[in-house]
Order: sequence, then C-alpha cells, then structure tokens
Amino acid sequence: MKPKHQRLLLAGLAIVAVLAAVLLAMWGLKDRAAYFFTPVEIAIGKAEQGRPIRLGGMVEQGSLREEGDGVTVRFIVTDGEARIPVRYTGITPDLFREGSGVVAEGRMQGKTFVADEILAKHDERYMPPQLGNQAAEHAVEKTLDR
Amino acid sequence: MIAEFGLAALWLAAALALLQLLLALGIGGEAGLRAARPLAVVQGGLTLIAFAALIVLFLRTDLSVALVAANSHSAKPWIYKFAGAWGNHEGSMLLWVTVLALSGAALALLERRVGEKMLVASLGAQAALGLGFYAFLLLASNPFARLDPAPAEGRGLNPLLQDPGLAFHPPTLYFGYVGLSVAFSLAVGAMLTRHVDAALARAMRPWVLASWIFLTLGITAGSYWAYYELGWGGWWFWDPVENASLMPWLAATALFHSVNVLAARGGLKSWTMMLAVVAFSMSMVGTFLVRSGILTSVHAFAVDPQRGTFILALLAIYVGAALVLFAARAATIREGAPFDPVSREGALVANNLLLSVILGIVFVGTLYPIIAEALSGEKLSVGPPYFNAVAGPLALLLAALLFVGPVLRWRRDRRPLAKWVLPAVLTAAIVLAITLAFVPRMSILSRLGLAFGIALLPASIAPLFGRSLKRTPLAVWGMVLAHLGVGVALIGMASESAFTREKLAVASPGDKLNVGPWLVELAGVAPVAGPNWTAIEGHLRASRGSGAQTLRPQARVFTSPYTETSEAAILTTWNGQLYAVIGKQRDDGWQLRLWWEPVVTLIWLGGALIALGGLIALVGRLWRERRWGKEAMQ
Repeated sequence: MKPKHQRLLLAGLAIVAVLAAVLLAMWGLKDRAAYFFTPVEIAIGKAEQGRPIRLGGMVEQGSLREEGDGVTVRFIVTDGEARIPVRYTGITPDLFREGSGVVAEGRMQGKTFVADEILAKHDERYMPPQLGNQAAEHAVEKTLDR
Repeated sequence: MIAEFGLAALWLAAALALLQLLLALGIGGEAGLRAARPLAVVQGGLTLIAFAALIVLFLRTDLSVALVAANSHSAKPWIYKFAGAWGNHEGSMLLWVTVLALSGAALALLERRVGEKMLVASLGAQAALGLGFYAFLLLASNPFARLDPAPAEGRGLNPLLQDPGLAFHPPTLYFGYVGLSVAFSLAVGAMLTRHVDAALARAMRPWVLASWIFLTLGITAGSYWAYYELGWGGWWFWDPVENASLMPWLAATALFHSVNVLAARGGLKSWTMMLAVVAFSMSMVGTFLVRSGILTSVHAFAVDPQRGTFILALLAIYVGAALVLFAARAATIREGAPFDPVSREGALVANNLLLSVILGIVFVGTLYPIIAEALSGEKLSVGPPYFNAVAGPLALLLAALLFVGPVLRWRRDRRPLAKWVLPAVLTAAIVLAITLAFVPRMSILSRLGLAFGIALLPASIAPLFGRSLKRTPLAVWGMVLAHLGVGVALIGMASESAFTREKLAVASPGDKLNVGPWLVELAGVAPVAGPNWTAIEGHLRASRGSGAQTLRPQARVFTSPYTETSEAAILTTWNGQLYAVIGKQRDDGWQLRLWWEPVVTLIWLGGALIALGGLIALVGRLWRERRWGKEAMQ
C-alpha cells in the first residue's frame, strides 16, 4: 500500500470512529438520558417500573417516619405538584432532613420509590441543579445569614 | 502588603507573557527570539511568587483579603490553611496559571531536542495560552482582592475538603491537566514552522508521559478520596467533574501511544498533532465544566455566569485557532512509512480509535444535559446506566487488544499469533466459566471485565518472553507494569460490587455483627473533639478467627461553616477493606453500616501500578536519551 492510500484509509477510519462515537452516544442517550425524574414526572407515569432512576425533590415537612428496625425510613418527596412516597434502608446522609432537597437513587416498585442510595450532598449550599435556581438561591441566603 | 505584592507579580507575569508572544511573532528580530527563553523562565518565577504570596496570606489568615475571609478560619489546622489556598475558585485558578507558567518555564529551560525556531514558536503559543488565563484571573477572579472592613473571623472551608487529600489531589491533577499545554504548544509550534517529524515526537513524549502520570495519580487519588470521605463506599460516580478529569486522561493515553509511533516510525503525524490539540482542549473543557459554576458539586466553588462565559470564550478562541492551523497544515504534512494492519502500528491505531470513541461517548454524555438545558430548558441527567452500557463494552475491547498488541512487531508481523492470543483467551474463558458457575449475581459486563482482567495478568508480561531481561529497556518494563496495572484495576472495578458484603443494623454497646468473614463488636460510643469539630465516635472491635483490631468511625459536626460529615473508619488487610460508618442514635442503640470489600483495593493498586509503569518508562527514555546525547557529543 502506498503511503498516500494508507493516509486516506487512516483518515477514513478516524472519521468512522468519530461517527461511531456519536451514533453510539445517541443510541445510548435515547433510552438512558432520562435518568433524573421529578415527582410530577413519575406521577404521570413517565418512569418505568423497576428501572434504575434518580428521583429529586424536597422532603415534605412532617412526612419522615422511622420504621421499627431503626434503619429504614419512609418519607415523601414532593415538587409542589406531586408527592411520591419513598422507602430507604440505610444511614441517611448528614444533611438529610425534612424540608431540604434530596436526590435518591433507586427504582419504582408499585407506587413507592425504593431507594438504594440517598445521594451524599457535599455541603449545605448544594442543591441538585435540576431543582432550579430558586431553591439554591434560598440556600445561599440562609448560609449568608448565619 | 503581601497581597499587593502577589498581585503585582501577577500583572508583571502577564506583561511578560504579552512580550513573549510579541517576540515570538518576530517583533524584536533575532535578538528578540533569543530573549524568549529567559522571559518564559522569569514569568514562571513570578507566578510562583504570586502563588507563594497567596499561601502566606492563608497561613496567616489575613482576613482583610476577601478570598481568605470567605474560605478560611483561624481555628483551622495549618495544613488546611495551606491547602485551603487552592480549595476555592480564585486560588485554584491561580494554581492553574502557576502550573501553566511553570510548564512554559520548564519547556524553555529543558528543551534542547527541537530547533530554536520551533521552540520559540512553541513558547509563543504557550504565552498566548497564558495571556488568556492571566486575563481571566486578573479581571474575573482576582485572588488578592481586599475586603474593607475586614471581618473578625473567616467563614471557613467546606469540611469535606478538610482532608489531607486536598493537599495532594488538586495540585497533582493540575500538573497533569496543564502539563498537556506543553504538548499543545509544541504541536502548534511544529505546525507553524512545518517541522512535524520524529524529533518533535521525541521532544513531546516526556511531557505527555509526565502529564499523563500526574493525571493518573490525581484521578486515582480523587477516586480514593471520594470513596472514604463520602461514606458509602462508591469509587466512581460518572459525575461530570469526574468525567472532566477522565476526558483529558483518555486523550493523553491515546496521545502518548500515537506519539510513540511518530517517534519510532515517523507515522501518524497529523493524527498525533490532532490528538495533542484535543488533549489540552479537553483539559480546558474540564476547567470550564468545573470552574464555570455550570455544575453544582464540591468542585464548583461559586456560581458566576460571567466566569463561565469567559472560560468558554477562551476555549473557543484557542481550540478554534488550533483547529484552523491544523486544517491549513494537515495537507502539507507528509506521512511516514506504510504498515500492515497486523503490526504494532496497526494495534496502536486500533488503541487510538477505541480511546477516541470512548472519549467521544464520555464527552457527549457529559455535555448533553448542559446543551439540552440551554437549548430546550429541559432538565435531565445522564448517569451510570448510560456510561457503563455504552463505554463499558468498548473498554473491554481495549483490554482485549492488550492480549496481542504489545507483542506485535513494527511494520508487519507475519508470525502465527495464536501462541500469544490463545493463553489469554483460554484464561478469560475459564474465569468466565467459573464466575458463571459460582457467582450467580453478576452482570455480563462485570463477568467479562473480571475474566479479561485476570487474563491480562499473564498477557501483559508476554512482551518480556524471549527477551534477555537484563537488556530489556526500562521503557518496556514500564509498559509491562502499566498494562499489568490495567489488569489489576479491571479486576477490582468489575468484581467489587459482586463480592462486597454489607451489614446495616442498630447496635448498642456489646452487640456483635457479622459481615463477610468478620465478627464486629460495638465496644462503646464516646464523644470526641477536634480543633474545629466535635464528634461521636464508635469503638468497634473487628476480628476474623484470631486477633481483634479497632475501628473508630466518627459522625462529625463542624462549626464553621456548620456541617455534619461522617468519617468512615477503614481497616485495610492484604485481601480487602473493612469499611465502617456510624449513623444516628436510635432508641435501642446506634446505626452502624459495615461493608467487607474484598477486592476494592485492587482498583487503586492498579491505578498506582499504571502510574509507576509510566514513571519507569519516562525515566528509561530520559536516561537513554542522555546517554545517546553524550555519545553523540564525543
């Protein structure tokens, strides 16, 4: 093979690789991009049963209940429009409390979201970006007030 | 005074960078070209002075400096005052710029392999990069801004960052990120002066390798830090900030493999230039993602849209200019000697293509949510289900390529390859059969990862067979060790979740819990206090068979800023880690969560081996060149 042909072949391969990456990514994103759900999206049935997803919202005031085993909690995550009951077995993260933002990883089982993990939030200023800036601004103000 | 001194040093460095760029453009004639080297060195010294000034301000907790007041506290241990200098947006950007200028200085001081004209062009490119980031620092992120009146006390550092990891992880990553700027500048210089050849590749190789070693170490350290600090034993989350460090790593990995082809055979010229541009571009993309405030995480210190726009503009200018230069010169770059598909070059091309595809997938997955939100306002997040399913199989292909690639000969290999491939494939098949028979709950990707990882252990040593070990160059030893590290890390990553045992319970003093082979007794719970926190501490006695060891997990409360964190206690043994977290108090005791993670340490051991392999290869290359250089002189 002449150097010129080899060069063309390599350039072609590089283009094929880039296209392959884009196509693979599109294919993957098509059914996996919707990974984060808000309560209202789950309420209208957007999330499949049993598929691993993230649920984000606020822990509703007065909804936190502890089960008898001491390590299971139940609470309601809300976005103001819909309310989704959540069950979680484990140690809740440090900044987890009623009225604060939360991101839970798990799956829908019936009407309940069963969480495998309540995401560790890095500090009190942290707010999942998906929840919008209003809440984040509020949290920052609270920090400054202290 | 110190703050003003630091600021002045920074302005002076920026002015020198401008001068350096103008001289490289030929404004000062012949004498001007000769001045480029010393200018770059002085510039590096000045940024170092500015950085030292910031550290002194933090060590003294000078609260009249806005940055110190916002991020430090007088009661903090000194090590976190010191490392806290870069635990914030402005300080970390100053570190970035300092490393950039030091890289330029090192290039000016050490590089003797390429022609003077090309080096000056490269230093010009480095100065152009520097100018943009000086402007960003001085105009949009001044670390030395004063605060009047000074507050009585600082606001403190995010407690999750108050960890020895802060002293190590960011500087290491930055040396890797920004070290890639040298490869970028050398590529730009070579394309400008039309000197894309093997000599350039040999000059570029140590810089790429050194940056890549730092990146590998930084990513490994960051992963371990997240694992022990976040308190639930995860080691990689496909978080955008993690991807921001993974993307330059993938590009740098591809680059130093292709730069070897250019150095040894004169091939893959334009491809290598492209990769050099892409690698540093990925560093800048990472900086944009992490420092623009577009993501919310422990790494994003402040939300300020102006800064994001600034970095994005710099990114567009530099990447755009480099790509235009590449497009203009690519056609004039002559390709090197042709090669067969089955050859060392062929395998390295396959390695590069696979790494590039993985890079593309990570890139799209990381930026898609940001672009989707900007365009349609739709908020979504791309997580592990996407990255694992799409990038995972390609990573396995890459591992399989290691069964044969390293033993191939340059140019063409007509030997029967079954001798090399069969043992690895057989090993993989046997391991796969064993996991299918004995480990019921494991995903197919994990099974294949474990099988390929174990098969890689003998396969990575194969290049040593039939060689005289005494005469084997250090670079080959380095390669073998790094590939062995890939196998070790792959075993850990693939099988960690399948072999982990977990126990969660409420325990009162005297209670005993079983997790994996361990029997863990809660001996007691006591309050303890540190310099700027208080905590409750559990005393756990863990034993398996004979001999008990103590673990002391803590639930800490920091006062400034107010935060609760849990400090996991980790017991490392030869075959794994026992990981304990203490939770909240309940009526009948304390929440305890225990994990027995038998293979998890392999992940970081693998990472360390990969970096060590890189280091050995680097030392080998430099030593050889020095010896050759001396022989050539005689």
